[in-house]
Amino acid sequence: MIPACRLADLPRGEALRLDVDPPVSVFHTDDGEVFAIDDTCTHQDASLADGWLEGCEVECPLHASKFDLRTGAVDSPPAKLPVRTHEVVVDNDMIYVRLSTEAPNLPPCISARLAGGPA
Amino acid sequence: MRTVAVVGASLAGLSAARSLRKQGFDGRLVVIGDELHRPYDRPPLSKEFLSGTLGEAELALETEGEDLAAEWLLGARATGLDHTARTVRLADGREVRADGFVIATGAVARTLPGSAGLAGVHTLRTLDDARALRDELARGGRLVVIGGGFIGAEVASTAHTLGLDVTVVEAAPTPLAGPLGAAMGAVVSGLHADHGVRLLCGVGVKGLSGGHRVDAVLLDDGRSIPADIVVVGIGASPCVGWLEGSGIALDNGVKCGADGRTSLAGLVAVGDCANWYDPRAGHHRRVEHWTGARERPDAAVATLLAGGAVEPVVPRPPYFWSDQYGVRIQFAGHAAEADTITVEAGAADDRDVLAVYRRDGRPVAVLGMNQPRLFMRARKQLAATTA
Repeated sequence: MIPACRLADLPRGEALRLDVDPPVSVFHTDDGEVFAIDDTCTHQDASLADGWLEGCEVECPLHASKFDLRTGAVDSPPAKLPVRTHEVVVDNDMIYVRLSTEAPNLPPCISARLAGGPA
Repeated sequence: MRTVAVVGASLAGLSAARSLRKQGFDGRLVVIGDELHRPYDRPPLSKEFLSGTLGEAELALETEGEDLAAEWLLGARATGLDHTARTVRLADGREVRADGFVIATGAVARTLPGSAGLAGVHTLRTLDDARALRDELARGGRLVVIGGGFIGAEVASTAHTLGLDVTVVEAAPTPLAGPLGAAMGAVVSGLHADHGVRLLCGVGVKGLSGGHRVDAVLLDDGRSIPADIVVVGIGASPCVGWLEGSGIALDNGVKCGADGRTSLAGLVAVGDCANWYDPRAGHHRRVEHWTGARERPDAAVATLLAGGAVEPVVPRPPYFWSDQYGVRIQFAGHAAEADTITVEAGAADDRDVLAVYRRDGRPVAVLGMNQPRLFMRARKQLAATTA
């Protein structure tokens, strides 16, 4: 598990991007729940931590796809694949994230970069 | 309602079909499209697809395994509507009868008079257009883009990346002055000069020269710009000619209420062909944005299924994006309403900026260049103040 931040340092309605590879974002919803999902939209290189958080969904800051923070599922194009969700543990006012071991669904531009091709 | 026909199989049509199923319509669903292709995403056609970094498979809008239990009539152009008989006529003579219709026939790229039949002259709207242009750009040479709007600018940017010699010709004194206002239109179109692409403004195009193939663009001021390839990006017209004589009210597209209803019962219209009433502005506004085609069908379908008995939701301020020369451009709201524009972060000259448009001190629009985080905050604020 990796420590993210203190719960008190992440106000409701805010998100924190963790600089792991690939990056993960932690969301504190308006209802007080905390979720962690992959930070990169599966359509294009955009940080979901910068997105529009409403209820348990975050809308990509670039286009219109919304991801469900609970399941990682995407509601509509242009993204077609879900993001991974990561387990969150809040212990003693500290947020911890246990990273998923599944393969991430990264957008084509980033997959190409990781594979050594043109970005 | 037992049968619904969606006329148009691009983003607005597909979104309408999805909304129908999501909102519980379990009757017969027919989707009619004039192109042969399954629904695909158009924004990459001027960018990643044109440059070759994105393939055709990745343009698909449907997800793997998605099944809307619809009958797809593709390659079937609608040519007429008979409201009394409740049928749509197709170019091949077939007729589709339905109880409800969603009109989503989109728009068609405007062409330059006298350019028909001249090889090397392109418009960019469809996948077939993009394939043809991509193949020509791959051969290199001199490209002249007529029109400095978003399509023209994106094509110029992509072609520049591919190594072509690019000139953009714009009839107005400043490109993008309509959507962004003159000040910010100048900032965004400054990207061309930043990257060594020539931008000629305030001069109209008199015509094209060439025998079988174009060889130059002739300007109103007498200049002749040599060209191996020409892209005409001078806007799009709504595809509503097939509705003429049907009795439906047409005015810059299909005239619609704030909930997508048309002048005829059992018909709603969405996407680029639909001229919706904007209750905030107090007049009709035809919005040609991807996000409108994606979001508005939900409301229109609710109207259709309820027979017009739903309270229209106030749509979010229109939002669009563009990618040019590696710069992410985002805009929400209505520039024309503004009396002041303030740079709130970054600097316009650096093409790294957040600008807020206000009227009487109240935000009416926001522009971001390479500022997705701040832009999203400003866009949320804009939605909250205009709701």
